[in-house]
Amino acid sequence: MIEVVDLYKSFKNHEVLRGVNLKVEEGQTLALIGGSGKGKSVLLKLIIGLTKPDRGKILINNQDISKLRGKLLKQLKERCGFVFQGGALFDSLTVFDNVAFPLREKTRMKESQTRDTVLAELARVGLSGAENKYPAEISGGMKKRVALARCLVMKPEIVLFDEPTTGLDPLIGKAIHKLIRDCQKSLHFTAIMVTHEIPAIFSLVDRVAMLYNGRIIASGTPAEIETSQDPVIHQFVHGELEGPISIQ
Amino acid sequence: MNWILTPFKIIGNYAHTFIRELGRMVCFLATAFFLVAFPPYLLRRIVRQINFIGVKTTLVIVLTGSFTGMVLALQTYYALVKFGAETSLGPVVALSLIRELGPVISALMVTGRAGSALTAEIGIMRISEQIDALDAMALNPYKYLIIPNLLAGIISLPLLNAIFVVVGVWGGYAVGVGLTGVSSGTYFGGIRDFISAKDILEGLYKSLSFGMLITWISCYKGYFTGYGAEGVSKATTQAVVLSSVTILIWDYFMTSILLT
Repeated sequence: MIEVVDLYKSFKNHEVLRGVNLKVEEGQTLALIGGSGKGKSVLLKLIIGLTKPDRGKILINNQDISKLRGKLLKQLKERCGFVFQGGALFDSLTVFDNVAFPLREKTRMKESQTRDTVLAELARVGLSGAENKYPAEISGGMKKRVALARCLVMKPEIVLFDEPTTGLDPLIGKAIHKLIRDCQKSLHFTAIMVTHEIPAIFSLVDRVAMLYNGRIIASGTPAEIETSQDPVIHQFVHGELEGPISIQ
Repeated sequence: MNWILTPFKIIGNYAHTFIRELGRMVCFLATAFFLVAFPPYLLRRIVRQINFIGVKTTLVIVLTGSFTGMVLALQTYYALVKFGAETSLGPVVALSLIRELGPVISALMVTGRAGSALTAEIGIMRISEQIDALDAMALNPYKYLIIPNLLAGIISLPLLNAIFVVVGVWGGYAVGVGLTGVSSGTYFGGIRDFISAKDILEGLYKSLSFGMLITWISCYKGYFTGYGAEGVSKATTQAVVLSSVTILIWDYFMTSILLT
């Protein structure tokens, strides 16, 4: 279970998060929606411990990640996975070596077993045959799938997705959403997904939370969010230009 | 009243920024050296970086070393002839190369070829979130990116310096013996008589410290690069300029300490 309690984060003089409260139950997938540049990715990076909050708590299975240091933080990170917006693939390594990287560095798995595991993971994301290509030689959609394979190869309990379908065409985007859903069903991980794919994402997630003005202003089932009468949520979900959200 | 205070404010701001940046750089280096003691040791990555920083710079070192030795012999010969001391050509060329030109020029060459590339590579890894990806996998980026480069720099520079000096001495020989007519025995005999272990050690200490300085500055600038292509470009320029200036300043202080 992930629980964020009264979380604050600012950069220089700009306060990005102003008291975020959020709860994701075990095995659930939560879509985090909100305006661009409003702190959704920052929230994900805080949850996985890539950056420290100014104040507040981030509880992962009742352990406050913001208070952990050294080995304990490392152990907690090992149970989590992160799929970055651009994939963050190591561009000096092939697709195969990218997926094998965490196995080689974090486990004592034999090379033959590593090979089988990586090929199985690439087959799961539909990338059989692309293992010898470099990140620069593959499309954006393929990069996202390699990033997903690299993340899932370690069988994480929690996976954080930072805009996994941004910049992709609708068909590839839909295929990646389905892939994430299938993987979630088979591996039973808890997931938080930052996304702008509204309303497509509503059919794939268990809950939706909206970040606005540095706070979570609503959290509920996709149906509740979609039919919300709150003017801010209504304007954002339905993509209306007129309303309380000013477009900058 | 403001016009009186403004210059002091500007100087104060610069001083504050300089001290803060220096503090961050020292913490960065201290963290890297502290982590060297702990596993994983990643020997393969260190060897790979020795290949990148050292082996791939060898050709540049051979070229610059030979021409530096040649021009040094030419200039020195015409100066020594005026005093009738042309028999000292060998030791003068060798001493200059061993104590000063070898460590400094080889360090400047490594800065231009490998230091700039290190900053750009680490900088691009930063802006494309590859460093964050390492961190998210619970792998320490210092272990994978900084320590192998630091150690590779410290190991490679003395070796490159040795190549530079040897090639430079032979370049000096080619000009001194081949063009100006100094005898081969005089050239090498003088070197054997006048060069001591202390001279060689001075060159070694300098190149060791330059190896650390170049990789330290280059890795630091890349690791804390600004945003986008412009950020990486600025970081790379800063790394090359700062490394080159620091090499020359550090060289003066080391020389003054080691000569006493």
